[in-house]
Amino acid sequence: MANVQSERQTGAKTSYLDAYGRMLLIRSFETSMHRLFLEGEVHGTTHLYAGQEAVAVGVCLALEPEDYATGTYRGHGHALAKGTEPGALIAEMLGRATGVCGGRAGSMNVIDLEHGLVGCYGIVGGSIAAGLGAALSSRRQGRVAAAFFGDGATNQGYFHECLNMAKVMSLPFVAVCENNFYAEFTPLADATAGANIAARAQGYDIPAVVVDGNDLWAVHAAAAEAVARARSGGGPTLLECHTYRHYGHSKGDPAPYRPKEEVERWLERDPLKLARARLLEDGVGEDQLVAVEEQVAAQMAQAVQSARDAAYPDPAVDAATEFRA
Amino acid sequence: MSALEFRTAIRDAIAEELERDEDVVFFGEDVAVAGGVFKATPGLIERFGPERVFDTPISELALAGMAYGAAVTGMRPVFEIMFGDFMALPMDSLVNQAAKFWYISNEQGSVPLVVRSAVGGGGRFGAIHSQTHATWFQGVPGLKIVFPSSPAEAKGLLKASIRDDNPVVFLEHKRLYSVKGEAPTEELIPIGQAGIARAGSDLTIATIGKSVPDALAAAEILAADGVSAEVIDLRSLRPLDVATVLESVSQTNRLLAIEEGPETGGWAAGLLGSVAAQGLHDLDDAWLLTTAETPIPYSPTLEDAFIPDTDAIVATVRERAGVAAR
Repeated sequence: MANVQSERQTGAKTSYLDAYGRMLLIRSFETSMHRLFLEGEVHGTTHLYAGQEAVAVGVCLALEPEDYATGTYRGHGHALAKGTEPGALIAEMLGRATGVCGGRAGSMNVIDLEHGLVGCYGIVGGSIAAGLGAALSSRRQGRVAAAFFGDGATNQGYFHECLNMAKVMSLPFVAVCENNFYAEFTPLADATAGANIAARAQGYDIPAVVVDGNDLWAVHAAAAEAVARARSGGGPTLLECHTYRHYGHSKGDPAPYRPKEEVERWLERDPLKLARARLLEDGVGEDQLVAVEEQVAAQMAQAVQSARDAAYPDPAVDAATEFRA
Repeated sequence: MSALEFRTAIRDAIAEELERDEDVVFFGEDVAVAGGVFKATPGLIERFGPERVFDTPISELALAGMAYGAAVTGMRPVFEIMFGDFMALPMDSLVNQAAKFWYISNEQGSVPLVVRSAVGGGGRFGAIHSQTHATWFQGVPGLKIVFPSSPAEAKGLLKASIRDDNPVVFLEHKRLYSVKGEAPTEELIPIGQAGIARAGSDLTIATIGKSVPDALAAAEILAADGVSAEVIDLRSLRPLDVATVLESVSQTNRLLAIEEGPETGGWAAGLLGSVAAQGLHDLDDAWLLTTAETPIPYSPTLEDAFIPDTDAIVATVRERAGVAAR
């Protein structure tokens, strides 16, 4: 990503071209993860973000680098969108000492404070409360905090308690629900009364918007408005971004519960396809797109290689302590 | 030296740390305007303003999560979960977020938060307003668990907890709030270092919280029986200062651990295990005084019989030592 960023030019088209590059980086990362998992190099389990890239990238495009974000166990996209180095992230997935958390965290629990990623959480609603706390600090620091979470998390106490608290305290908080229509294996409507997440915000007097989460421009516009409201003291916003995961819930889930036609319909609306078409339409050259695509492919190949070459942490020299002294 | 009330010691500790460090904030349900249900924190919102001292909704999970998120982004939150029993609600945030952060982040940052709660039986509050939650958290690496026994201990340990860079679960026995005692001589009491509350040579009594003054009262009575009891105030259950207990047992050769809670899964049984593992050669006798393995009862007759109070401590020592009352 550093390569793409360093070539950033002025103008909105260029910034969306950068964002396209970042979405592509996430896709490329997840494709690599899928392959590495099948090859037995990724341990445990992993939850892939492919298909949802426009949400994380669109929201983070509206944030300043010093703003905070919290992510989920499906968090590789959140980390990369916030600025985590792909090499350090893939090394973490491979359990290497050079990982962003030294191999101590793994796929579901990435933390990257340097880039404002407060954490990613294995409990579905955990990101909402962590984001709420970052928003409390943000109010003093002139920052904004965004929390990513899935539709399944809106049935946890975290969602309701935190939305209420964010509004009561008027915190600079953007709650970003990635509604991919399945809570693990269960369809949204079977587990979510009303099947309308944005409507839940009305009860808390919080402005809420339903967004096409596969449309980078739509996500960015909605997030920019929410971030501006938060920064100016207007309090929290809920964004309900409709999107779809390309893989199952986790590794080992081929998602047989999803109708074939539904999957095909969503694959036609692949956020990368949509973004590419829109950029061409807006006058970005095919050669510019190809350049970004080649650059991302090379960057990801390099990241995987360096992670594979890196050493595992050595338990004999690991100086882990329970407490900070 | 003027007498200091336990609840005032708590308030003074929070006030002094709010004064000293602008990153410290204090919040909870009815702690600000109302000053807390045990009247431990009146006057703080007036002195420090609503940005730093504020009331919150009854949302224990969000409270703990907010404290965690704020702590890792530069603040030092002190918050109240009113009764220890309510600590079942914010457990995910404390156990899965706050306790893990320092380690799994590869030490990118830590979580300087303190969560205070009123605990313990004897107040006729029934089964769900009388528990002591320390053992629910004791097996979680990354959490400190502090439980003061007197006004001076409360002040020094709470100030040390607020300055600690790690998450601290701070317990206040509700039967101690009205107790008065000497003001502290030191500003801070280090966490993880047990204190010798009373020196003795025949028996070591290791305990914590309100059971410390109960054990001290029992030791007075036992002294008249000719039994010299050393009382160790553990001060914290994680870290647990086993070394001080071992040192004492090497002199007395007898250990009684008193816990206001059941034996099964309790800290006292764990302490006995550690002492046996490391100091069996020094032990002539070791036993526990704990509660029944039931929820805490409401009726005064049942609750009084349930709690290991001064009389129960005296009785168990006399029975064990074969000493008749004088």
